This record gives sequence, C-alpha cells and structure tokens, in this order.
Amino acid sequence: MTLQERRSWTFLVVVVVAYAGYVIWVVRAADGGPIADVAYQKPLLISMGASMLAAIVIEILLAIIKPVSTRKDMRDEEIGRLGDYTGYSFVVIGGIAALLMSMAEWDWFWISNTIYLGFVISAVIGSLTKAALYVKGMP
Amino acid sequence: MVKPTKLTNSIKDLRTLHGLTQADLADAVGVTRQTVIAIEQGKYSPSLEMAFQISRVLGSRLEDVFHYPD
Repeated sequence: MTLQERRSWTFLVVVVVAYAGYVIWVVRAADGGPIADVAYQKPLLISMGASMLAAIVIEILLAIIKPVSTRKDMRDEEIGRLGDYTGYSFVVIGGIAALLMSMAEWDWFWISNTIYLGFVISAVIGSLTKAALYVKGMP
Repeated sequence: MVKPTKLTNSIKDLRTLHGLTQADLADAVGVTRQTVIAIEQGKYSPSLEMAFQISRVLGSRLEDVFHYPD
C-alpha cells in the first residue's frame, strides 16, 4: 500500500467517524424536540476541525508505526485527480442546494448542515473512488 | 465501472530474465513498486514516457515489452 492509498483510507474513516459523532451529538441534544433548534455551530466546527486534526495525527502515527514509501508517482496523481473530481461534484450539489434553501429562507441549521453533508459525501465518495482505483485499477 | 486495459505486457518475464525485482524496476523508473505491480497485472496503463523508460531498463524494444491486440 502506498502512502497515498493509505491516506485515502485514513481520510475516509476519519471523516465518517467525525460526522457520525456530530450527528449523534445533535440528535441527543435535540432530545426529542425540534432538531433545528439545537445549537449545532460549535459541534459542527469541532467535528470538522477534529477530522482534519485526526487525519494528520493518524498519518504521523502510522508513519512511525508502519512506515511506507513516501514516493508519489504519476499513477498516484491520476488516481488522486480522478477521486477529487468525482467527490467534488457533491460539494457543488451541496452548495447549490444550500443556495436554494437560502433563497427560500430555510432555517440556518438546514443550510449549514446541507453544506457540511456535501463536504462529507464529497470526501467519502472521493476517498472511496481513490481506494477502488488503487484496488481495481485505473480505467 | 472501471474497464481493464487491453494493453498487455511481458514485463514480468523480461524482469525475471534480467534478474530484477519489482522494487529494482520501480527504483530505476522512478515509480512506486505498487505501480509496477499494477502495470504487470494490467490494472494500469503507463504513459508513453513511462513505457519507454520501462523498456529501456529492461533492455528491450517498446513493442517487445507492451502488446496491444488487433
């Protein structure tokens, strides 16, 4: 496994765990009441920050525990590019959805969470695409 | 869905003939060992430049290393 492949898997796990933690926190905080009334801002920012920090820390730890070659070649770049393109579409979809919700004067809770979900889906699809390309091969 | 490449190659045979490991070839070409494995298994089509580099390291002509069906 190359460093780039391992990075894809790490990012996938970290993003999913961080988002799951956020969703669980929000649902618990709602405590059966209207979910849009939950003060979501702080946990959302913590979730995003924690996922980035965790990805960096895990990568450093893995580099110490099980070092792999840091060489990055053309195949890594092609896979990275294709994965990013695939995931990026969901950022756009999330952005457009948030724009429409904003125009319709939806609650900020839903707008913020739509954008965050767009980021998460983008990261998940992008990472899964990269992982699949590493395992199955490039088209 | 990912379509496997039609490109086939004789890298493994030529590499063995020259007593090279996948890591040796990877170092000589400047790619990862995983990329050499992917090329040998037909999971990745190298660029033309990389194909020439591989052929040169294996001391063979391009058409003797890589094959494309008619």
